[in-house]
Amino acid sequence: MQGMMIARAKELLQDGTVNRVLGWQAGEFAYDITPAVFETAEELDAGFVYNAFCGNNLSKYLIKETKKDGKVLVFLKPCDTYSFNQLLTEHRFDREKVYAIGIPCEGKTSGEMLKAKGVSGITGIDEDGDSITVHTVYGDQGFNRSDVLEERCLTCKSKKHVAYDELIGEDGEVLDSHRFDMVAKLEAMTPDERFAFWRSQLSKCIRCNACRNVCPACSCEKCVFDNPESGIAQKAAADSFEENMFQIIRAFHVAGRCTDCGECSRA
Amino acid sequence: MLEVANIREQCSWIHKDKATATEKAIILGRAAIAKVQLNAPLTAGESPVVKRALVIGGGIAGIQTALDIAEAGFDVDIVEKQPTIGGKMAQIDKTFPTLDCAACILTPKMVECSQNEKVHIYAYSEVEEVKGFVGNFTVKIKKKARYVDENKCTGCGDCTTKCPMKNVPNEFNLGLDTRRAVYIPFAQAVPKVATIDPNYCNMLKNGKCGLCAKVCGAGAIDYKQKDQYIEEQYGAIVVATGYNPIKLDKFEEFGYSLSKDVVTSLELERLMNAAGPTGGTLLRPSDGKHPHTIVFVQCVGSRDTSGCGKPYCSKICCMYTAKHAMLIREKYPDTEVYVFYIDVRTPGKNFDEFYRRAVEQYGVHYIKGMVGKVAPRANGKIMVQASDLLMDEQLHIEADLVVLAAAIEPDKSARPLATMLTASMDTNDFFTEAHPKLRPVESPTAGIFLSGVCQGPKDIPETVSQASAAAAKVIGLLVKDKLTTNPCVAHCNELMCNGCSSCERVCPYGAITYSDKEFRMPDRTTQLRRVASVNPAVCQGCGACTVACPSGAMDLNGFSNSQIMAEVDAICQK
Repeated sequence: MQGMMIARAKELLQDGTVNRVLGWQAGEFAYDITPAVFETAEELDAGFVYNAFCGNNLSKYLIKETKKDGKVLVFLKPCDTYSFNQLLTEHRFDREKVYAIGIPCEGKTSGEMLKAKGVSGITGIDEDGDSITVHTVYGDQGFNRSDVLEERCLTCKSKKHVAYDELIGEDGEVLDSHRFDMVAKLEAMTPDERFAFWRSQLSKCIRCNACRNVCPACSCEKCVFDNPESGIAQKAAADSFEENMFQIIRAFHVAGRCTDCGECSRA
Repeated sequence: MLEVANIREQCSWIHKDKATATEKAIILGRAAIAKVQLNAPLTAGESPVVKRALVIGGGIAGIQTALDIAEAGFDVDIVEKQPTIGGKMAQIDKTFPTLDCAACILTPKMVECSQNEKVHIYAYSEVEEVKGFVGNFTVKIKKKARYVDENKCTGCGDCTTKCPMKNVPNEFNLGLDTRRAVYIPFAQAVPKVATIDPNYCNMLKNGKCGLCAKVCGAGAIDYKQKDQYIEEQYGAIVVATGYNPIKLDKFEEFGYSLSKDVVTSLELERLMNAAGPTGGTLLRPSDGKHPHTIVFVQCVGSRDTSGCGKPYCSKICCMYTAKHAMLIREKYPDTEVYVFYIDVRTPGKNFDEFYRRAVEQYGVHYIKGMVGKVAPRANGKIMVQASDLLMDEQLHIEADLVVLAAAIEPDKSARPLATMLTASMDTNDFFTEAHPKLRPVESPTAGIFLSGVCQGPKDIPETVSQASAAAAKVIGLLVKDKLTTNPCVAHCNELMCNGCSSCERVCPYGAITYSDKEFRMPDRTTQLRRVASVNPAVCQGCGACTVACPSGAMDLNGFSNSQIMAEVDAICQK
């Protein structure tokens, strides 16, 4: 897949359809993938990766990339295309300046998931259907994909792309994802139980703002949490409940605009 | 700076428990103090006024409004979807309570419209699009193709007698007779020009015929004419879209679709009119014989909560039924006339006297009770089964003609128009007035005024007074050079605006528009960004945008986000 994507990206750069490619590259570690922009065939060969670690939703980066001159090529997994459309309805980027290629996704894993399974010294990853091979400095280790999937991928809502200019590979179907099972459980709780549940969940928040920064729905020019005039800006919390309010306010801000891409849970 | 803590209406008047009410009063005071500290001076803006009015609908309401506006010296356009102005009143025979002929009092006004240089009539035209706001509307008008050049046609009518397509139902006579494919609706039509009906014209349908073009001395026929679009600016818009009788196919018990001799009251108007299909002699539509027993049924579909009809009273039926009954007894004294009613409502100057005359002087049989069944017989008679509630008995009347006083409903074009105008309507599709008692001819949407039945059922005298009232309001608006706008409007902090359109989508008044603007970025580059701006002349200060805005870029003057938060904090404070 990675080879096909690089080849197609080179073609599009070559014939002038696009000026830049938005993709992924490895960070300090092989599992430490970050979004990256490539401008030449050489850069693509040297850095472009697409593997089971490439969970990042690239659609949010289009806001910045389309501000530049020329056209940008972006690779979108099925769930990313939902955010792509949402950003489009909010006029956050210019569709004319984007060439979108839909790519298949069988579900992503992460360094954390593998480390929890006792893997260390990761140098690379390969996938083949349901099996995943992790290369480490201590040799290869095989896994069932379903055992190491990220939480958000366990309830994957769709393998179908809702926006693209072309597809690499086959398009899938919208899945029966059971993603509302947890909602049903929440609704079945008594108000006290629910309150306790949320207090416990929200107490995990250290207010690092990573969820906001990665969220495609959180793309405001100036976030209310960075705006002292909003009255809810970042400041030392007076008590633990005030800290919890961050998540509650954010939930209201993205309500109706969240496409359930799960980036926040990954961050 | 001023804030009011309303402890009368919002506290002392509504609570019985003095102790808790006092506590609430203190809290309300605290909230007002918190708010006043954040108050900022409010300044009202100004917007210019285009000195031209648009009247939508050319019935008596639209005509009267247009004439009154023109009288004050302002240009006014009438848009009428039919080929001629005149509306329903042109179809009516006589008017209550004076029994003068409708055409005799209406047609001079129609002519006045066409002769007044301040009035421009767009007949056979419809409003396609409305943009803008009070004082500054831009309206796109679709002038439908007549296939006749209005400027050349002299209205001689030669084409209408030569056209071979003879069997086109004549809508002016409610289908009781026929017209040709090229027609002038009636003799006094304004503008008096012919119109070709594209649904029936053989030339337009199949390219064969062309007879009207041959006989036309003026060379006015133009089969290639296309719909034209005109864009015009207006300071005020008056809605005068009028009404129609409801369809009666849901009322099987009255047999409207079973017999030609069961007619609606408006059809009876045509049957009694000298210019109607029978030349003014009342004859049965089925066999052309004189009817000797006539049954009137009132409230057909009015005050009907069963779901078939309308829940409201159509208001005019009691009076016109009395008029019909009286005219028939006057002209044909050998006719027995029965009127079935729920109750007779005659509020209006000289109205009750009029009804009493029908009963006492003309001997019309008024029977309290509803008709249960109307059944046509093979011998041409119509059996009417009804109950007389006062005598507590069942009646069986063998009638020759049954007249149904069908409920009236707003014209079907009113709802899409309301959407275009962002004017509100009630569940029955009548336009709502800004205040039912104190602002009855204005829509809540600034610059939109209401005239005639589009606002609620009313008779001609009431329609004309409302039409003049609407004109007075329009004149009051048009004489101003500038409008002062409400200072409590929303504004957008462009530096924070994402351009997401959330506010535009929730704005009920269409006050928000987007444009691309250049911004200087911290790194000294410039960037083109899509940002919202609020038109202060249109914004009504409802604040919907301020809560829809994800970044808090939208704020409301006088009720800013920080003020509301301060109030909430003050209320929650122990």
